[in-house]
Amino acid sequence: MMYETIAAVSTPLGEGGISIIRVSGEGALTEVERIFRSKTKLTEADSHTIHYGHIVDPDNGEKVEEVLVTVMKGPRSFTAEDVVEINAHGGIISVRKVMDLLLQQQIRVAEPGEFTKRAFLNGRIDLSQAEAVMDLIRSKSDRAFSVAMKQAEGQLSTRIKQLRHILIETLAHIEVNIDYPEHDVEELTSLFIQERCGQVISEIEKLLKTASEGKILREGIVTAIIGRPNVGKSSLLNALAQDNKAIVTDIPGTTRDVIEEFVTINGIPLRLLDTAGIRETSDIVERLGVERSRSALQEADLVLFVVNHNEPLHPDEREWMQQIVGRQVIVIVNKMDLPKRLEEDELKAVFGEGSIVTMSVKEQEGMDSLEKSISALFFSGSIESNDMTYVSNVRHISLLKKTLQSLHDAVEASEQGIPIDMIQIDVRTAWELLGEIIGDAVGDSLIDQIFSQFCLGK
Amino acid sequence: MSFVAGQYDAIVIGAGHAGCEAALAAARMGCNTLLLTINLDMVAFMPCNPSIGGPAKGHVVREIDALGGEMGRNIDKTFVQMRMLNTGKGPAVHALRAQADKFLYQQTMKETIESTPNLTLRQGMVEELIVEDGKCVGVETKTGAQYLAKAIVLTTGTYLRGKIIMGELMYESGPNNQQPSLKLSESLRKHGFELVRFKTGTPPRVHKHSIDFSKTEIQPGDENPKFFSYETKSSDNEQLPCWLTYTSEDTHRIINENLHRAPMFSGVIEGTGPRYCPSIEDKIVRFADKPKHQVFLEPEGKNTAEYYVQGLSTSMPEDVQLKILRSVPGLENVEMMRTGYAIEYDAVVPTQLWPTLESKKVEGLFTAGQINGTSGYEEAAAQGVMAGINAARKVQEQPPVILDRSQAYIGVLIDDLVTKGTNEPYRLLTSRAEYRLLLRHDNADLRLTPIGYDIGLITEERYTSFKCKVELVEQELDRLKTTKVKPDEAVQAMLAEVGSAPLVNGCDVMTLLRRPEVTYAHVEQLYPSTLELDEEMKEQVEIQIKYSGYIEKQLLQVERLRKMEKKLIPHDIDYHDVHGIASEAKQKLAKIRPLSIGQATRISGVSPADISILLVYLEHYNRVTAIKQSQSDEE
Repeated sequence: MMYETIAAVSTPLGEGGISIIRVSGEGALTEVERIFRSKTKLTEADSHTIHYGHIVDPDNGEKVEEVLVTVMKGPRSFTAEDVVEINAHGGIISVRKVMDLLLQQQIRVAEPGEFTKRAFLNGRIDLSQAEAVMDLIRSKSDRAFSVAMKQAEGQLSTRIKQLRHILIETLAHIEVNIDYPEHDVEELTSLFIQERCGQVISEIEKLLKTASEGKILREGIVTAIIGRPNVGKSSLLNALAQDNKAIVTDIPGTTRDVIEEFVTINGIPLRLLDTAGIRETSDIVERLGVERSRSALQEADLVLFVVNHNEPLHPDEREWMQQIVGRQVIVIVNKMDLPKRLEEDELKAVFGEGSIVTMSVKEQEGMDSLEKSISALFFSGSIESNDMTYVSNVRHISLLKKTLQSLHDAVEASEQGIPIDMIQIDVRTAWELLGEIIGDAVGDSLIDQIFSQFCLGK
Repeated sequence: MSFVAGQYDAIVIGAGHAGCEAALAAARMGCNTLLLTINLDMVAFMPCNPSIGGPAKGHVVREIDALGGEMGRNIDKTFVQMRMLNTGKGPAVHALRAQADKFLYQQTMKETIESTPNLTLRQGMVEELIVEDGKCVGVETKTGAQYLAKAIVLTTGTYLRGKIIMGELMYESGPNNQQPSLKLSESLRKHGFELVRFKTGTPPRVHKHSIDFSKTEIQPGDENPKFFSYETKSSDNEQLPCWLTYTSEDTHRIINENLHRAPMFSGVIEGTGPRYCPSIEDKIVRFADKPKHQVFLEPEGKNTAEYYVQGLSTSMPEDVQLKILRSVPGLENVEMMRTGYAIEYDAVVPTQLWPTLESKKVEGLFTAGQINGTSGYEEAAAQGVMAGINAARKVQEQPPVILDRSQAYIGVLIDDLVTKGTNEPYRLLTSRAEYRLLLRHDNADLRLTPIGYDIGLITEERYTSFKCKVELVEQELDRLKTTKVKPDEAVQAMLAEVGSAPLVNGCDVMTLLRRPEVTYAHVEQLYPSTLELDEEMKEQVEIQIKYSGYIEKQLLQVERLRKMEKKLIPHDIDYHDVHGIASEAKQKLAKIRPLSIGQATRISGVSPADISILLVYLEHYNRVTAIKQSQSDEE
């Protein structure tokens, strides 16, 4: 097989508490072997066998996760290549750790639709399916792209851009020294390179530290909780959080108007947004909050629409119904302990009977059925989990780590007195890797930088 | 009245740096070749700086030579100064640069052309392409002479609708007041070519005796000059120095006061000029806070008093040019002999070419050099030699020769042109090459001479000596790998002397040589070779050992590139048929028509997802074609 080895989480996140990470390619067996401890060696295992063992960090021997590993040798596998599937039963955190370790081996994150593409290219998928395969790649890529675009506007990307700027200035300086040796441009010292690279190294180390604390890694199904004031949204949020132990709370940078909580329900990660007051308002300060709530609602994969059992439908609520119909919605009829004054039939007509959950947050009643509803939607595939965000986050970390390695190589080489045109190779690699995070094409920008930074010519 | 004046295998139009290489390559490969030029006195003329080489450009000259081209030999015969640049950096960016005797350079090239079998040199201005059924079959000159051939190479330089601009003055002209070619552009347009308008320029020339050299710094050549051609082993050329001075505050004031008369800023110039070769007025406007700029004074030859003023390229009016010159220390009383000027010309949009430099619009028509949007003698010559080779291959019905980005700067140059195009005159820079470490000055022969030999441009004699070099280098590498070093007194003394840590255990010589402080000369003294190695071979051995780590890294990347380059895309693919590719990418792909997936990945606007889809489509296409094939076989 002539392809690189790739990996991706192949199950929707948190399904039944078990995640499958699929690895495919020539190096699947040998690369997974490096981080897998078991009685049998994967490289010696028969095809289509399952092995119990642990994923360990090869650097310190620490056990990361208890797993079952399936070995399927090509061509008798989905992609017709050697395939290893790692069944991990922890939640999202341990899946991330396993992915992280895999990507430190000679493995990269699969592109959208890549397993299917390989299956096709390797003759596993029927000719008639070609168009479907192309569609799949297109739609997955577009989705990945839109996620990437979302991230490109974020804080992470601003910082990456700053770091890239430092690197490209350094690169332009190196290149000018090489391409215009007689020009009166200051000769680049190894000290300068070490200083610049050192600066970027410490910034990336900071980024990676925050990543391991889970602050830049916010993944899960984006869930918006909407409803009129006092229908019990916040209590619902708190109940879910308490019940399921919030993973992260109090995200800096978010306003009080949108509170975020991370919870896992039956292993399904939810990112809960309590969109405090979605209603028309003329108050400027409040409006800002409302705007944010609206955009939170736009972003959501799942909408929890909370209404009061004890009150008839309010005009505001009827308007929202129009807005959210057709989305993935669970209508929560709260305060079932109070007398019914709600037109439940109207809600059923719009959203379908299966989408209505009756409960009392205060009395802790009906929480089970809510959780069941969420699981049902998730496992039926109705909710498109935003695992793309998740994958790209793992990708980010792996790219950041590779960048760090390249920069360390550059510093080390420059300390050893290696010529600048070779150190340049490592600096350039670092710059390109950072570019991959924010999806910047390499293009001619280095050459542009050279000519805008220096006055050159005959 | 038109008349048939001759029939050839190949015709090259234009005898500049591209044309000379193209004609020589075709003729040497056995094609009966005609070389037409507007003016026979202008063969291999250098209209701008009297120098050849430098970073990337020098590498290219070396590559031309390794393939069997002429530029390297010609400059080795005619240089008046030779310098190796970047010697303080890694071996990959060492770059040879020569100052040429312009007049001798021309004369020598003309002699070579005149004495080459199969090659006819003739004066004539081509005005019309003769195209039949989408194929170029000949050309017609102003006098009505029709020359017919199976392949035509156009190397028109800056002559196509050339226009010289000097302040308010503007007139139709080729470089250095040569007759421009006014009609050929029309013929190209008529046959569907998209043309663009580019601009370049040249500084004034001054009289040597009016320069006060005492106010300048001397820049001598190397004491032991190296050469461009692998064939040149020694030279007794006398070397001349260049001189360095700087612009003054006065220079900047004069330019600023006269900006309204600068065509660059008054809007007269419509062509796009190169950023890397700006005029002095451009430099002063764009980098206003730079207090002074370098000015190099370079002799144009041994038997002339003309000096080229590098750094003062300008299209200011003549009176301002003189004031500018005289504001520079050392040039206070200078006599200006030729005025600097800007020149606009037509160029072909290079994405209309296949990587062979044959046009996609008109079969049998190749273009090379400045007409393809490049700038520089070396870039022109490189395309010339490739166009000549591929024209000959076409005539001889042989597969084309395409160099990839990991093989040669020439490959980088042509791939950039035909895949990405260019929106300014294109200059090679080492930073354009992804695999710079592999594309070294020292190993051009290892990379390209076997190809030159296969296609008949490298002589048997030269190839034998090349193979001998390869063999000896291999043997020496082997010896160094297997020779053991014991931590004895001699080694420890040497290591102490060069400031390297003492040896604790034994190792092999190769390992010792990998230490940054240790050179081949050091190990050679302690562990002498029985082989007869010349300096070139020793250098090769040293580089291959010292930088093996980095070299291997790049080789791995190249392996990945090659895989993609090997996936060929059939010519008859209809991109509008490919379901799922984004529409911008479809348009780009349909326009460029990449030969391989590798080339497709380098087209701007084509995303990795588009490439994935294209791969799936190709697989589908190939399987369907195979099925159809087997069905028709059965019938």
